[in-house]
Amino acid sequence: MTQAPPELPLHMRRDHFDPVAELAEVRESEGVRRVTSTFGMPAWLVARHDDVRDVLADATRFSNASQLAFSLPDDPRSAEEKRKALAGQMLATDPPDHTRLRRFLTPEFTVRRMRRLEPRIVEIVDQHLDAMEAAGSPADLVPSFALPIPSLVICELLGVPYADRDEFQHRTARQLDLSIPMPERIALQREGRAYMEKLVAGAKADPGEDMLGMLVREHGADGLSTAEAQDGAAEITDDELAGLASLLLVAGHETTSNMLGLGTLALLRHPDQLALVRDDPDAIVPAVEELMRWLSIVHTGVARTTTQDVEIAGQHIPKGELVLCALPSANRDPSFIDDPDTLDVRRGSMGHIAFGHGVHHCLGAPLARMEMRIAFPALLKRFPDLASALPFDEIPFRAYHFIYGLHSLPVTW
Amino acid sequence: MKIVADRDVCIGAGLCVGTSDTVFDQDDDGIVVVLVEDPEGADADLAREAVSLCPSSALRIVD
Ligand code: HEM
Ligand code: SF4
Repeated sequence: MTQAPPELPLHMRRDHFDPVAELAEVRESEGVRRVTSTFGMPAWLVARHDDVRDVLADATRFSNASQLAFSLPDDPRSAEEKRKALAGQMLATDPPDHTRLRRFLTPEFTVRRMRRLEPRIVEIVDQHLDAMEAAGSPADLVPSFALPIPSLVICELLGVPYADRDEFQHRTARQLDLSIPMPERIALQREGRAYMEKLVAGAKADPGEDMLGMLVREHGADGLSTAEAQDGAAEITDDELAGLASLLLVAGHETTSNMLGLGTLALLRHPDQLALVRDDPDAIVPAVEELMRWLSIVHTGVARTTTQDVEIAGQHIPKGELVLCALPSANRDPSFIDDPDTLDVRRGSMGHIAFGHGVHHCLGAPLARMEMRIAFPALLKRFPDLASALPFDEIPFRAYHFIYGLHSLPVTW
Repeated sequence: MKIVADRDVCIGAGLCVGTSDTVFDQDDDGIVVVLVEDPEGADADLAREAVSLCPSSALRIVD
């Protein structure tokens, strides 16, 4: 690790929990600013709540399907390999292709389905708390609690052997890390793909009761190529299946776990609010929404590409340009919520856009909400004296990552 | 007040059901079903909130 990491683009810069002052300044002044995207390409950064909602709600003028947002500098892959790698990648499609892919999965993520999962999530949370208690204070909350709980949940749901977790946890975390050189990230992407293809082949040979098995049973297609599947086919191709499963595995790991780690630290820094979440069973639902809003761990989501000339906040933007939506800045827009920089778990506004907005609104939101609503109070009840073992300034925040969080959180109780 | 849902654009995010499960439900495919088309009182307020939250703009209020 001798190479200096690249300079962070504006939309990823934070001061501990908070987006940097410069981002607020964009929001309070012109609203839209020309910046450099994560991959060094020019892009427009949209910073106000209303404008971000408008962009995300309009998949016609702001497209996800353009290869532009997914093209990486120095990408050694052939066009065919890239196309294969994007099959099933919902975040790289627009309606109607997006609608087709998303509808394969919506039945699995209904509010009712999630309620059926609840007892198993409670059990998984309790097991991890038991293990922490047995091992004794101190512990690192990230590997002992924040990461393994969502990991086990998504593995069971999908039908991914939990025994393989070390391998793919390492892979997914590094794939989304900007400080890792591009060739290594592409190699990791290829490895991940090969792993998923093996799992899909296994599910096709012997479909189980999990989500992969269900998708194979209900939509499995033999020998259908991805090109043939484009026109609203009810069958899912093997490439798409591998793509959907990879997306769920990455999204299921890298998001909820960071909310659990960062959210716990946020509560530790606000002891009165922590006490409320611990002691009042009605406090957790609004608290999760407020933590989501205040932390906004997804900096921007996928860059959109303009399909025509547009105007945002009075700024003319030509066709074919990248647009980035600054979610933390939008969620702290005083025109959206009063006193936006203060964490107040009592208010819990649902109008935040930390799960995105529009047709790509987070598919896993009902699952993530349920995991957080169970995990935070259980942790705080089990260890009422939970405290950070490090001074605040020494806690390692995860800056170079597409999703914000903590590398580790040593705690005592 | 009448709630109309466009089931073709609904993405099954379930925010409506999360807001009021007396007014909204999801069918087996996860797509919205309006249970109470003309909600009143507190339900009407929750329904209005759901309409503004719906990420895919699948819900509308007609008059
Ligand atoms: C607290 C945790 C989570 C946060 C903050 C979060 C955030 C987001 C955001 C902001 C988007 C929209 C991205 C964009 O429009 O560019 C998104 C999409 C998505 N999320 Fe999540 N997510 C979380 C948990 C999960 C979980 C647990 C899963 C899977 C089980 C998941 C699966 C997905 C998928 C598949 C999409 C793409 C949906 C589409 O393109 O239609 N997420 N998420
Ligand atoms: S909130 Fe909108 S998109 Fe989500 S289930 Fe309800 S109607 Fe469908």
